[in-house]
Amino acid sequence: MTRKRRRLTLLGLALLGLFTATALVLTALEDNLVFFFSPSDLVAGGFEGQRIRLGGLVEPGSVQRGGDGVTATFSVTDTAHTVAVTFTGLLPDLFREGQGVVAEGRFGPDGVFRATDVLAKHDENYMPPEVDDALRRAGHPDQVAADETAVLEARP
Amino acid sequence: MIPEIGHYALVLSLVVALVQSVIPMIGANRGDAAWMELARPAAVAQFLLVAIAFSALTHAYVVSDFSVLNVVENSHSAKPLIYKISGVWGNHEGSMLLWVLILAVFGAAVAAFGDSLPPSLLARTLAVQAMIAAGFLLFVLGTSNPFMRVDPPPLDGADLNPLLQDPGLAFHPPFLYLGYVGFSIAFSFAVAALIEGRIDPAWARWVRPWTLAAWSALTVGIALGSWWAYYTLGWGGWWFWDPVENASLLPWLAGTALLHSAIVVEKRDALKAWTVLLAIVAFSLSLIGTFLVRSGVLTSVHAFAVDPARGVFILVLLTIAIGGSLALYAWRAPVLKAGGLFQPISREGALILNNLLLSTATATVLVGTLYPIFLDALDAGKVSVGPPFFNATFIPLMLPLVVAMGIGPMLAWKRGDLLGALGRLKLAALVTAAVGLATYYFRSGGPVMAVVGMAVAAWAIAAAIDELAGRIGLGRLPPGESLRRAARLPGAAWGTALAHAGVGIAIAGMTGSGAWMTERIQYLAPGEQIGIAGTQVRFDEVIRVDGANYVADRGVFSVLSDDGRVVGQLFPERRRFLVSQRVITHSAIRTTGLADLYIALGDPAGEDRPDAWTVRVYHHPLVPWIWIGCVVMALGGVVSLSDRRFRVGAPARRRAVAPGIAGAEPTPATRGGV
Repeated sequence: MTRKRRRLTLLGLALLGLFTATALVLTALEDNLVFFFSPSDLVAGGFEGQRIRLGGLVEPGSVQRGGDGVTATFSVTDTAHTVAVTFTGLLPDLFREGQGVVAEGRFGPDGVFRATDVLAKHDENYMPPEVDDALRRAGHPDQVAADETAVLEARP
Repeated sequence: MIPEIGHYALVLSLVVALVQSVIPMIGANRGDAAWMELARPAAVAQFLLVAIAFSALTHAYVVSDFSVLNVVENSHSAKPLIYKISGVWGNHEGSMLLWVLILAVFGAAVAAFGDSLPPSLLARTLAVQAMIAAGFLLFVLGTSNPFMRVDPPPLDGADLNPLLQDPGLAFHPPFLYLGYVGFSIAFSFAVAALIEGRIDPAWARWVRPWTLAAWSALTVGIALGSWWAYYTLGWGGWWFWDPVENASLLPWLAGTALLHSAIVVEKRDALKAWTVLLAIVAFSLSLIGTFLVRSGVLTSVHAFAVDPARGVFILVLLTIAIGGSLALYAWRAPVLKAGGLFQPISREGALILNNLLLSTATATVLVGTLYPIFLDALDAGKVSVGPPFFNATFIPLMLPLVVAMGIGPMLAWKRGDLLGALGRLKLAALVTAAVGLATYYFRSGGPVMAVVGMAVAAWAIAAAIDELAGRIGLGRLPPGESLRRAARLPGAAWGTALAHAGVGIAIAGMTGSGAWMTERIQYLAPGEQIGIAGTQVRFDEVIRVDGANYVADRGVFSVLSDDGRVVGQLFPERRRFLVSQRVITHSAIRTTGLADLYIALGDPAGEDRPDAWTVRVYHHPLVPWIWIGCVVMALGGVVSLSDRRFRVGAPARRRAVAPGIAGAEPTPATRGGV
């Protein structure tokens, strides 16, 4: 095999790899992208059946656990609007009322958000940027600022 | 006083690094031996100085010196000693110091073992290594100084994030960094070789052991992180395709490709430009990973602090390092002469296929990881790319890779005999088919992909054993002769077989836990039983236990045999850490090696059922195999390292003079490797 032909073969293989990768990535992206929304974004409705991420604060006093020990309902708020969420499974250790949370799932026909995953932040001092952003956009930066001060003050 | 000594040593190490990055480089250009010689003592001095700084910080943690801000924020006097020490790298500043320390360790190691290297290559390699070190030392000193003082010192500290107070996570960062940062050596060698304009099999032989060492450490580091996620997060997930996990997987994939392509350079003097590019890419991905994890663009346990200045600094470092090295590559790579010819069906061909698939997989993971960040930066919406994306792109690329992995080592260099190789793999094919059929028959409702997964895993393991058996003539020669051959087999051959079998073992574990995991979550009161996967578990009681810096509710669970005898007990805990008042689930696992019984204690049920608790019980089949497989892979890397060819000083440039030898008859000695 001459050098030229080998190089062509290699180039062909590399292009094939690139093509496969692009095809795989594009199809997978099309099916599996999940967009992030805050409760205010969802007021207009029209998201039924679409897999989305919902972020905000867990509304204080809204968490209720079902009798089976695995179903929880709570509200997610960005201080302007709230969305009711139900989740079957285990909530993360850091899931707490008044704290930031991101829930992934779909809206049911009854308008309740059915979460399949609930992510809470890993660290007390940390607010998921999406949630922080959502709160700011809802026009309540005070809430965020107050939160941050509280955290700072809690430190020695 | 001691923190100031540490700070001062760190500043001095920056000065040494700056000198080390300039003088030997100029010396190598001028051919000035004395200037080049400076690189070695400088690399050792730089390491010693950074080690002093690191020891000073460790000392501050061990004695709980709360006049140091970093200790105040991340430690507490009541913390067990091991977590005081691991707290050193359990925060942004300290972990960057560890980063720099490991960079210096590798530089000093090259200086110490570099006797057989040509002086100019050694000088340039160490100079490039020092440039990276200088950049990161500037970063640490300028934006992340761990030696900052507080006045007046508080009485006690804020404690380390309880999630990080765990044996698995205590050792995860050092191993991960050994791998991550270890690729810097391959990078420095590549840049030095580009400047020299010359790459030969000897170059590959010098680079390979460092890459192997880094790769083995990275494998262990990733496995530790995944093991930690498995038992800490309370539900037994071991991989989430989270961007921070991808950040460690990307250099691993590129590093795996580099390991294999360097073999082609070493044995056949081919693929040189590509190998150099891979060396640059592997470390660049480590840098990108550091940026993603450390700049706060990602939400995770790793994002210790969100400080825009740090993100911008790392981004600038990243641009200089990656941009500079790629520009140098574009300019100098055409100088590298192409080497030996080969047919598509050959060992080289198989290794190229390996590289194509691995780099394609790297690219898809990179796209999935960066896409949301780019969209966000462009203000085009907030999205997340989750596991379905990665499963749909990554797995289809890995399947052919594993199939080829079984065949590749059977092919000869230059021109291989595919039918002959397949013929020798008859037994492996038989085992694969048997395992596939058995899985199909017994899969009990699991997905069809499980059959493919188990078959591919069996193929990888059986082919690795088949290959070893063929080499030592097992069954073909008398047993004594086989044993003698096994003893004489080069370390690289054992290493290959181990690493490839490890991949198979890990795949079996991933498939098993993905396909047949069962879970039960329910309220349980003491005395009640719960059944899972044919096992009865009795919830006995909850007792209060005091830990060093936490109090815990400890559940007592008994595993019952069929006739009701207690065959084992599990003690999952809910730990409330006293300083941060955070509650952490500490799950309990009982493993048989084939499956894990996993119990996590949740919240008390509340008013309706005052004595009941939320209890989560999981049955994870084959899951321990994931980590066993990773350890076997890393072991393969270490065994490969012991190969005679890599021994210091042993291989001179002998083969470079007569490049034809390696490609001739595949005697056992020259067949070693891969």
